[in-house]
Amino acid sequence: MATATFQIWRGTRESGEFKDYTTPISDGMVVLDAVHQIQAEQANDLAVRWNCKAGKCGSCSAEINGMPKLMCMTRLNQIPLDKPVRIEPMKTFPLIRDLVTDVSWNFEVKKTIRKFKPRKPDAPDGSWRMSQADVDRPQEFRKCIECFLCQDVCHVLRDHHMHGEFIGPRFMIYTAQLEMNPIDADDRLPDLRKSQGIGLCNITKCCTKVCPESIHITDNGIIPLKERVVDRFFDPLGRLFRKFGG
Amino acid sequence: MAEYQQFDYDVLVIGAGGAGLRAAIEASSAGVKVGLICKSLLGKAHTVMAEGGMAAAMGNVDDRDNWRVHFADTMRGGQYLNNPRMAELHAKQAPARVHELEAWGAIFDRTKDGKILQRNFGGHAYPRLAHTGDRTGLEMIRTLQDHGIHLGIDVHMEHTILDLLTDAGRVTGAFGYDRERGRFKLFTAKAVVLGTGGIGRVFKITSNSWEYTGDGQSLAYRAGAALMDMEFVQFHPTGMVWPPSVRGILVTEGVRGEGGVLRNSEGKRFMFDDIPANYKSQTADTPEEGWRYVIGDKSARRPPELLTRDHVARCIVREVREGRGSPHGGVFLDIAWIKEKIPNSAEHIKRKLPSMYHQFKQLADVDITQTAMEIGPTMHYVMGGVRVNGDTQMSDVPGLFAAGECAAGLHGANRLGGNSLSDLLVFGKLAGEHAAKFAKESRAAVVNPDQVDRIARQALEPFNHTGGVPPYEVQHKLQEMMQNLVGIVRREEEMRRAIEELAEMKKLAANVSVTGNREYNPGWHTALDLRNLLTVSEALARSAVERKESRGAHFRDDYPTKDPEAAKFNQVIRRAQDGSMQLTREPLPPMTDEMKQIIEEMK
Repeated sequence: MATATFQIWRGTRESGEFKDYTTPISDGMVVLDAVHQIQAEQANDLAVRWNCKAGKCGSCSAEINGMPKLMCMTRLNQIPLDKPVRIEPMKTFPLIRDLVTDVSWNFEVKKTIRKFKPRKPDAPDGSWRMSQADVDRPQEFRKCIECFLCQDVCHVLRDHHMHGEFIGPRFMIYTAQLEMNPIDADDRLPDLRKSQGIGLCNITKCCTKVCPESIHITDNGIIPLKERVVDRFFDPLGRLFRKFGG
Repeated sequence: MAEYQQFDYDVLVIGAGGAGLRAAIEASSAGVKVGLICKSLLGKAHTVMAEGGMAAAMGNVDDRDNWRVHFADTMRGGQYLNNPRMAELHAKQAPARVHELEAWGAIFDRTKDGKILQRNFGGHAYPRLAHTGDRTGLEMIRTLQDHGIHLGIDVHMEHTILDLLTDAGRVTGAFGYDRERGRFKLFTAKAVVLGTGGIGRVFKITSNSWEYTGDGQSLAYRAGAALMDMEFVQFHPTGMVWPPSVRGILVTEGVRGEGGVLRNSEGKRFMFDDIPANYKSQTADTPEEGWRYVIGDKSARRPPELLTRDHVARCIVREVREGRGSPHGGVFLDIAWIKEKIPNSAEHIKRKLPSMYHQFKQLADVDITQTAMEIGPTMHYVMGGVRVNGDTQMSDVPGLFAAGECAAGLHGANRLGGNSLSDLLVFGKLAGEHAAKFAKESRAAVVNPDQVDRIARQALEPFNHTGGVPPYEVQHKLQEMMQNLVGIVRREEEMRRAIEELAEMKKLAANVSVTGNREYNPGWHTALDLRNLLTVSEALARSAVERKESRGAHFRDDYPTKDPEAAKFNQVIRRAQDGSMQLTREPLPPMTDEMKQIIEEMK
């Protein structure tokens, strides 16, 4: 039977190292299968987060040969197996153990974003009317499975550690879906500009590249938001119109 | 004396899928202090995987729909073993629960006139499922999560509850640990809501995630509550069968709702061969009529692929057994064929079923817009669970509530697709509302320190064993055994053997040993989950042996027909004084005259 070797990070915040595990591989296997097999047979206490194993829950994010990916959606036949496959935890978040990181910062950030606030219902039964064309865009952003791979790869967070000043691509598109929801009546542009640091994104599109849901994070989400912020706060003519036009 | 951190709540909700989140939101809105326990991270619970939609008789696509039709469909699908009061409340309240989600930010697919679009699903007379593509569960859990985080609910992520605490017959809280560091946590509460989901990990081939280890059912059983209908386990007809590593992953019923058909190796649509008598009048006679139904012709009846899940799963098993299966032991599910009927079918399929397209493309190298999928049954859902009062969702134990998959009653012998998401919302809300009410009327809970000590000691035992069996080995053995002996097609002697083997496995499980320490240690977590897996496995096997007939999802090779006498009772499981499992038959709850009349009218 064919085998492959996986070089997996073992350790805690304090110390750790890569360990090699060789395990049999079969047709159609994904990286998460290999990790589970190793866990069941060789390393019972190997820590790994996972749930659905179908790319729907966004739990099993890791860096595979340096690329941020979902382990459950990365097939072994897509990566070279002639040398060990390196699996390590996401680098942008503090490590808990082995492949598991502390992503709680993301949950805290979300709480700071102004929540959805619908306008008055359109019909007496409390419902609204929206056309499919108008909801296509926010629906794209709502595909997000919160795997936080975009946060992991974003330079502002990964290299510059500006967690306090920048909410990251995940929460840019979270805000975008609220702003583009046809029935939302709140305004999040002042926050985006000030506390959420939209100006810090320099559109390198790394987030878009790693998104397992193929959401056009930069083109469809962040750039339109940047445009709205610029129109509102930096366009002198627009400001004049707003001032006198009411 | 065990070391632990203590948290005090009015209402503690265990489980943070649809039911738990909805319950926590309701309780919190009632002004009580709420704690919420998630086994995983918030928003990752199994609800996230639901695909097709939530059933609610809003009548947006077909105005003939109303709560009476939904009630009758649910009862027919459950072979009348359902708790009729729950079926009634569910049918009446589901539309309001869906509208409420929209008010909290959910974005459903739309009709041409801008309303919430509804799709066809098995066993539903009219297009009834509000949906967002084929990722409705994600839409729902994210909406509840994003709404809930602004309500002051205390969220404990990656925690597992080991046991409920009781005092003088009443629930007083729960004791557990955080998975991250392995530290013990004590939660006192005046009322507890279970929303822990199902038991899928009892089986080898399942669409369920690792979390589904029967926690709520087992916690309630050990605390003295009754379990009901545990023999009814739903095998979803369409799970992936190839490659081996994805075996069991769900393929949404929405594929058939959008026109997908089932064929055997001879290319025949075998579902036309076997249409049950009670569905004959609602089912299409020809493929042509079936297609007209799919595209919304109100005079057409639905294709036989949209019969109930229990029946479709059995037909697939029959085809495979009789040698007409696909190369990897399933049958073919074909949506690509609609290119004969509509232009741009590939685009249409990708828009309607985006995650199915993605899933097959990425995991199986199959383009579903061009090629048929290979599918076969996968364990998906348990209809049975904690027996509750239909109006309040309270179990037999005062202060202990249950909602969603871990509760029994709504679905009877078989659940209709789409009735689960609406179940979570309707009964999650009721459970939260009544738990808050109960808490307001109750005195502070008293905690028994001996009980806490005992639970903590038991939890650490696997670290003290050396040379025992590794926990994964016991888990795999159990899954293999249950799959083979108490699966889709059941026989007396096999199930008796399963009960004997379970007794042996209990001894094995009591001696598992784990390596490493308490920090994020999946080996230890798996060892602790075994007890619950074994409890629900035994409840399932014992109930299945005693129901000597075939009804809904419970199919017996040795009793292949329905027994009219068995239509009169539910089977109920309780823990006896000596710790053994006891099963009784209890008469069905009565139906009102109005309910009887509705069922008669819609026969």
